[in-house]
Amino acid sequence: MSGFAKPLKIALGLAIIAGLIIVPMNFNRYGLFILSQWAVMSIAAMGLNLTLGYAGQVSLAQGAFVGIGAYAAAIMTTHGWPLPAAMLVAIVLSFAVGWVLGYPALRVQHHYLAFVTLAFSTLAFLVFRNESWLTGGIYGISNIPRPHIFGFATNKPLPFYYVCLGALAIVSLAVWWLIRSPWGRAFMALRENPLRAQSLGIDTRRYTLMAFAIGSALGGVAGALYAPLTQYIDPVPFNLSLSLDLLMMVIVGGAGFYFGPFLGAMIAVLLPEWLRFTEGYYLMLYAIAVMLLLIWSPTGILGILDRYMAERRTKAASALRAVAKSRLETAQ
Amino acid sequence: MSNLFDLLVAGLATGAIYALVAVGFTLLWQTSQTINFAQGEFVMLPAFLMLAAMHAGAPFWLAIILGILLSMILLGLGFKLLLVDPMMRHGVLPLAIATMALAIGLKEAVKQFFSAEASPFPSIVPTGDVSIFGHAVSLQSIGVLVVAILAVVGLTTLLNRTSLGHQMQAAAQNPTVARIIGVPVERMILLTFLINAFLVALASLLITPIYLAKFSSGEVLGQAAFIAAIVGGFNQVRGAIAGGLLIGVLDNLAAAYVSTQYRAAVPMIFLIAVILFRPQGLLGRAEERTV
Repeated sequence: MSGFAKPLKIALGLAIIAGLIIVPMNFNRYGLFILSQWAVMSIAAMGLNLTLGYAGQVSLAQGAFVGIGAYAAAIMTTHGWPLPAAMLVAIVLSFAVGWVLGYPALRVQHHYLAFVTLAFSTLAFLVFRNESWLTGGIYGISNIPRPHIFGFATNKPLPFYYVCLGALAIVSLAVWWLIRSPWGRAFMALRENPLRAQSLGIDTRRYTLMAFAIGSALGGVAGALYAPLTQYIDPVPFNLSLSLDLLMMVIVGGAGFYFGPFLGAMIAVLLPEWLRFTEGYYLMLYAIAVMLLLIWSPTGILGILDRYMAERRTKAASALRAVAKSRLETAQ
Repeated sequence: MSNLFDLLVAGLATGAIYALVAVGFTLLWQTSQTINFAQGEFVMLPAFLMLAAMHAGAPFWLAIILGILLSMILLGLGFKLLLVDPMMRHGVLPLAIATMALAIGLKEAVKQFFSAEASPFPSIVPTGDVSIFGHAVSLQSIGVLVVAILAVVGLTTLLNRTSLGHQMQAAAQNPTVARIIGVPVERMILLTFLINAFLVALASLLITPIYLAKFSSGEVLGQAAFIAAIVGGFNQVRGAIAGGLLIGVLDNLAAAYVSTQYRAAVPMIFLIAVILFRPQGLLGRAEERTV
């Protein structure tokens, strides 16, 4: 993204943020629900991008962490706890479970790791469905309250959309800071060459577990917002396909790119809605679009942009070289 | 004890089908590093192709042949040319994601163009029971076992006893050297895709009479085949067979003796244990770990 001039980038960023705040003001209920869902899924995908895109650990369990966060929030808020307290519990719980799930990653990599996390995802779904004393089983938990933030009730769709957007902003800033911190650099070292990272004195064990735990904690945050957003949860949305969807979001947006999850979540949440006019065909078209995109650019949408920028830079550089060369020649 | 015997037979019959699907799965992995997340949907589709042929007026036997041929064209040739070939050089993950999208696409296509409801499917084996050692065993289970065993024996004979099979193995184990000694590697890879398509079509033919034809039936099946492939050994055909049978039996025993609610958990816990303590699978060779 370094092809743009800095002021231009800042202006573009501010315009997008302003647009996200102002444009939805006259959206209907459904439009706001979809946008809130985009914000929530962006948070979860950002967590997975940290685990997969930056630290290089494949996880097919992000959906399970969204589920853990959602159930923690639903159970606590329906028992009278405020949402921030529930969110804290959701974060701590997902962080702890994510840490434990990171242990297999110390032993096995790549597709094996994918399958361990896939198995975990199925196990979590079974617990949500079967432990009905806690989770309400297949009947789920209904009447999940929406929070009061600084005394404002957020029961209406628009205020709650701002809650989701605010959470997205906080998480985005935190992740921005994290990937620029020594930790983020350690994650990338882990992805690029674990052996070299280790020989440079990076505690790869700790950072692998950390990458899983932080990524999972963000899944928990997303879940803790998802529960009050839908106000009713049952086990079905948290089955394996959510994990697969989140993985698809990260890859389609561009794994390892900061803005990848935002774009990926936009495609996964909004594209099917835009295609709804095609009625029964919309998911089919969505699937075809994803396949075509990946055939065109396996590194996702931002991969296309990245390639284009790199090409332009090389062109600019070779143009400069040509100029310099001709100057040298005329000087001779 | 008679209960245990019945469970074992039923488990072996489902396990044999899992094995067919898992063998195809490992073949694709070995020759082209394709993790096919749509493998379950690949099993779901041929039954609908056969049903479509029957709706068009074809007799059952002709519908079977047409269904298998169409699967080989669509799920073998088409899958390889349109999705795997353009993506293979970009690594395992993008292709795996693309197959996830393919799974969604196939499910939705069947739902849209055929039906969202489950359709009955005729069985190639007559219904009824025979008595073995004083136990009533359904002909269906026996038929499934026999066909699956024949397919697996045929495949292992092809792989181990024929020149073609040796060429396929060479292409899978070391494509560079295989190319040097004159093995047409590309054609061998295509052949494994065709074999996979044939196996899933066969599995479809065997399992659909039991579980009905439904657009979503691939999900469970695909997962069972994954687990079977990993448990047995990702890089071994006989591992996938053993894994399939084991998971089939385990699944049936778990349903009877553990709890119906957590029956799906037993193979999963088994899978995690195998990956953690013997990642190459029960019968697999250890793979070089890529750092």
